[in-house]
Amino acid sequence: MTRMKFTKEHLVKYMLTLFALSSLLFLFLIFIFILYEGLPLFHKIGLKNIIFGFKWAPTKGSFGIFPMIVSSFLVTLGALFVGAPMGLSCAIYLSEYSGKKMKMFLKPALELLAGIPSVVYGFLGVIYIVPLIRNHFGGAGFSLLSTSIILGVMILPTIISISFDAITSVPKTYREGSFAMGATKWQTIYKVVIPSAKSGILASFILGMGRAIGETMAVIMVAGNALKIPMSILDPLRTLTSNIALELAYATGDHRQGLFSTGVVLLVIIMVLNYIANFGIKKKVIK
Amino acid sequence: MRIKPRLVDKIVRICLNFQAFFTVGILVVIVAVIFFKGAPHVNLGFIFSSPEDMGRHGGIFSTIIGTLLLVLLSIFLATPLGVGTAIYLTEYTKQSGFTKTIRFGVESLAGIPSILYGLFGFIFFVIKLKMGWSVLSGVLTITIMILPTIIRTSEEAIKAVPRNLRIVSYSLSATRWETVKKVVLPSAIPGILTGIMLSVGRAVSETAAVIFTMGSSLRLPTSLMDSSRTMAVHFYILAREGISMEKAYATALILVVSILLINVIAYYLMNKMISKYS
Amino acid sequence: MPKIISFILSLSIVLLLSCDDNNARVSHGKKHAIIIAGSTSVMPFIEKLSEHFMVDRPLFKINVQGGGSTAGIQACFNKTIEIGMSSRQLKQEEKVLKEIIICYDGISVVVHPKNPIRELTLKQIRDIFSGKIKNWKELGWIDRKIDAITREEGSGTRGSFEDLIMKNVEINDSIMVQDSNGSVKEIVATDPYAIAYISLGLVDNRVRALSIDGVAASLQNIKTKKYKIVRPFLFITNGTPNEFVQTFIDYVLSNDGQNIFKKEGLIGIK
Repeated sequence: MTRMKFTKEHLVKYMLTLFALSSLLFLFLIFIFILYEGLPLFHKIGLKNIIFGFKWAPTKGSFGIFPMIVSSFLVTLGALFVGAPMGLSCAIYLSEYSGKKMKMFLKPALELLAGIPSVVYGFLGVIYIVPLIRNHFGGAGFSLLSTSIILGVMILPTIISISFDAITSVPKTYREGSFAMGATKWQTIYKVVIPSAKSGILASFILGMGRAIGETMAVIMVAGNALKIPMSILDPLRTLTSNIALELAYATGDHRQGLFSTGVVLLVIIMVLNYIANFGIKKKVIK
Repeated sequence: MRIKPRLVDKIVRICLNFQAFFTVGILVVIVAVIFFKGAPHVNLGFIFSSPEDMGRHGGIFSTIIGTLLLVLLSIFLATPLGVGTAIYLTEYTKQSGFTKTIRFGVESLAGIPSILYGLFGFIFFVIKLKMGWSVLSGVLTITIMILPTIIRTSEEAIKAVPRNLRIVSYSLSATRWETVKKVVLPSAIPGILTGIMLSVGRAVSETAAVIFTMGSSLRLPTSLMDSSRTMAVHFYILAREGISMEKAYATALILVVSILLINVIAYYLMNKMISKYS
Repeated sequence: MPKIISFILSLSIVLLLSCDDNNARVSHGKKHAIIIAGSTSVMPFIEKLSEHFMVDRPLFKINVQGGGSTAGIQACFNKTIEIGMSSRQLKQEEKVLKEIIICYDGISVVVHPKNPIRELTLKQIRDIFSGKIKNWKELGWIDRKIDAITREEGSGTRGSFEDLIMKNVEINDSIMVQDSNGSVKEIVATDPYAIAYISLGLVDNRVRALSIDGVAASLQNIKTKKYKIVRPFLFITNGTPNEFVQTFIDYVLSNDGQNIFKKEGLIGIK
């Protein structure tokens, strides 16, 4: 009896090891493939020429992605500008002011908002936001402004849920101590709760940034995809992700490698953002 | 002249109230627009007939099948792999620098933009492995895409099971696998299920990674090597090319309803699991 | 245990099914599957033709998708597809592939119906897309920036546009880019200050085609060679196509096929 159990145990351990190794193999396959295809161009053309180059014309040997790096950052900052204040306010409301009934209603609503496909956001942006901007502010409507608005709404659920977690994990005693000293609710939130939840809230912003910088479909639909650095929020722009999506189907040779190089840059940015966010959260836990 | 703190408190409360309702309002507006513009064109015919004339007429049946094939097969592959990996990482290995690096790797991969999966899938599966634009290329790509999420949520769920349960089990001379199977996993199932449902939702909405690997054929897929469209891809093409606004809204409605259904099923299953095992 | 069994099962199913190679795919079961991909200009017409074709031939299954002319040509090189669609001439290095002209199509420069301008000279169009002319007032309309839209680099329509109109003058970086005829047309139809170039066969009452150098963009003018902005639609194959693919190509070149092209506003091969 114990003998059979023993071999079964071994079999199971074997299988699980196999599973784990296969998963890790797949995961690192994509990681390594992107690096393998993307790094050579950096050697060939030069890191500086790619990252700080101003002209993207791969069929003519120009691989400058600087305008797109700038554009990616601009839409991310714009998205934060739109989404962070709203998101944080919602998180504060959810955790400090809303009753149980409200919570039961708001939480599923947020999850539904998070589940709506990005292409639907992009579509509604094209139909409603783009003409609005064109008729009231000028420009073609396909702009940094419209992209920031759409992305801002898309990262709301991320910011709200992670900030909410950060705020609710502030111990009750902090609040009670503050009330005991005669502070009002808002004073407590403003001076005690939020500072304690600071790193979690910042982490939510950074993860929101990660989501915004990685978004492709909605951006292609509303950003205009022009290759120049936008000089005003009404100018069209092209992000790193849109560039890959627009050119992927037909790129070959160096051009294709250029897209992988863009992918490497994206990977690095995302990893840095993830590291900062996790580092921020870990710090809070240790505290 | 300082404003009374009580007054500030009241103003802030009103502002925050407003913000919250504004945010929910956005959701309501989105769903309402899709519903009112899409519902008139959704009927049984729409669901059960395939697109005709580039999608101008007909329904979305082939895209529904495409979506089902993609999502079900990806979950089918990713769940055993992901949960197994999570079990291995938490129960069968010691915490070391190696496992920490692996976790960081999995964490980072969870954040990779979907277009990079599209880039990878297109070059690796479609071209290099000669699978062409096919359901198979799509499934393999999406499996890799949802793997980190499943691993991460399963790991968290398994870690959350209290140590005492395991200790008690071992003290009753259960083996490691018996403990995992009979004690740890049942308690962790709600969390694992959350991860799976999250991934289902992601796979249904995914466009960038799918359009470059599964292609965009309008025909009903009859084999894994056939190209096919998912609802999200079909919606994207209809909407961008202005082929038919009505069909676009109708497709969007079906998409949003599907996501809603997935959320509802997730809640139901989770509650059922929680009451069954605690 | 059940989890492990399901994994092994799924792995084996996947492996078994991925053993399909090109030949197996072409005659899977009893269906002859043909994938056609490439130009977004050609695509809607081929989609229509394939629908008609398959009505009487249930054994055929034709999948049509876009991606752009260059993408189709590349996919042909990679043997990912059976037929590529192109809306531009093949480049020198691409001539290894076999090309078949299936019809002709004009490129029209379009604006919003509300735009009062009816015609432009070739030079003016070139200056708009090279960034020299930036405002509608320079062309006699209101003081508003011109919202010009171009196709992506791999587009056959863009390639033909560059050959026939731009002629070595580069399209400016600040001009917006969209990756299909349909999406370009959609923007021009909704933005009163937009201008772009699309396939003539796609022009309907939602956009207005401009006359170029005094010649209206019409089928008549193309037939009489007055309107010169014309490009061929090509089928591209890697080597000689197999008999099933050839059947479809023959259909496209037949009277039935050509009549469908003509009905849609294209010019048949003479």
